Amino acid sequence: MERIYLDHAATTPLSKEAFEAMYPYFSNTFGNANSQHGFGRDGAAAVLSARESIASSLGAKPNEIYFTSGGTESDNWALKGTALALRDKGNHIITSKIEHSAIYTTCKQLEKYGYDVTYLDVDSDGFVSPSDLEKAITDKTILVSIMFANNEIGTIEPIKELCEVAHAHKVLFHTDAVQATGAVRYNVKDLGVDMLSFSGHKFYGPKGIGGLYIRSGIKIEKLIIGGEQERTNRGGTTNVPAVVGMAKALEIAIRDLDKNNEYVSSLRNRFVEKVTSQIDEIYFNGPKAKDYDKRLPNNASFSFRYIEGESILFSLDLAGISASSGSACSSGSLEPSRTLLSIGVPVGTAHGTIRFSFGKNNTVEEVDYAVEQLVSIVNRLRAMSPLYRPSTTTMKTIK
Amino acid sequence: MYNEKVMQAFQNPQNVGEVENYNAIGTVGNETCGDIMQITMLIEDGIIKDAKFKTFGCAAAVASSSTATAMIIGKTIDEALKIKNSDVIESLEGLPPQKIHCSVLAEEAIKLAIEDYYSKQGK
Repeated sequence: MERIYLDHAATTPLSKEAFEAMYPYFSNTFGNANSQHGFGRDGAAAVLSARESIASSLGAKPNEIYFTSGGTESDNWALKGTALALRDKGNHIITSKIEHSAIYTTCKQLEKYGYDVTYLDVDSDGFVSPSDLEKAITDKTILVSIMFANNEIGTIEPIKELCEVAHAHKVLFHTDAVQATGAVRYNVKDLGVDMLSFSGHKFYGPKGIGGLYIRSGIKIEKLIIGGEQERTNRGGTTNVPAVVGMAKALEIAIRDLDKNNEYVSSLRNRFVEKVTSQIDEIYFNGPKAKDYDKRLPNNASFSFRYIEGESILFSLDLAGISASSGSACSSGSLEPSRTLLSIGVPVGTAHGTIRFSFGKNNTVEEVDYAVEQLVSIVNRLRAMSPLYRPSTTTMKTIK
Repeated sequence: MYNEKVMQAFQNPQNVGEVENYNAIGTVGNETCGDIMQITMLIEDGIIKDAKFKTFGCAAAVASSSTATAMIIGKTIDEALKIKNSDVIESLEGLPPQKIHCSVLAEEAIKLAIEDYYSKQGK
């Protein structure tokens, strides 16, 4: 059976171009980029060129780009590094209720060490309000961290406005741009952010590599220390092939961004229209069609009333379709996602949530097959559900 | 995460639905936890003639319901009351640790349905 991959928000396949760019650096040009000899210089040259390329893709200067092991490390570094560096200035951090767990659990850890964290509410589509941020800032606030785009429901936050609010109060601003990078056109200087996290494997680059943009002049404490790498700011032998692959993948993602977004969003829109017209009693989570310019082009999140996410997910998998459960039940916890609860999805309904995220290699035929399978799975599971009572319909289909 | 037996039971569950003219019903769990199991039975002369389930829940919950209903059909009430969640797990050849509660729901649903039968009989 041909498998259909509709989970590009989890990870993307490495592009052929990125793979080919990386290939020589595994075995032929294997030198440690910090070694003082020819092998080392070859590695260092590749890293230098990759850094310049990534800086140019993001609108940064090369010395503002730091390589890390991925988005999670970048988020940890931005938060803990700022918290430690500015601990004499204040102990208050502001974030949102819908952040990725890399931010959320880091905030929880900082709370254990005496920091106060405010988790801002979001509206029913997942947007953080700049005026809510303004109200939350105190004279103890040292950092605001708001995600660029939400991984579950695709909401693209008003980062520029939020950043302006923070800066008006002389507070640093970080954004987790792991989902946005490669999908949303931005320039760090135009956004005005002080720090920005990104991850290679979300834009058809390799796994295990990411980066943190730190604006020139911002000093935060180091997180991973050891050697002289990353101008002494992040120890650990540089993963040369991964750095090279990420730079190539980002270059292509930015080059083809408009074309890819147009195609991927056409698949997503087709899917959403078909699903909402063929299945009743569902929620479409996140920004609706009129606000699609503020939603990741690849994301569709649905909550199916009366049935549970894991059952849907496994049934889809058995039909060859790979998607993602919005409820945390499949990961062993009974708590549904913070994001879904924060936008007001009732707990029971949140359990029946599935995220579909499309990619540039998906086809219209795959979308149509997925809809067909999904309809039959939802009908089958509803027929099995003690909650499904067509006669007592209380929810309306969300168009 | 699940073994083949569980996936098989999830994919092709037995005894889905409600027994026509049931005289025993037990519903356990709640929507907030993500699992609700309803078992209906037709009990005659102390014997469970038929049993069916409806379940809102994960693959393990569906598989546990299917297995539990299959285990009680044809049994006496006393035999059915002796069924433990561990018997359901054994019949499924194992469940992941975080899904053990699904087998517990099955055991509880059987007991609740039998209680319901007794209360309707006025005993």
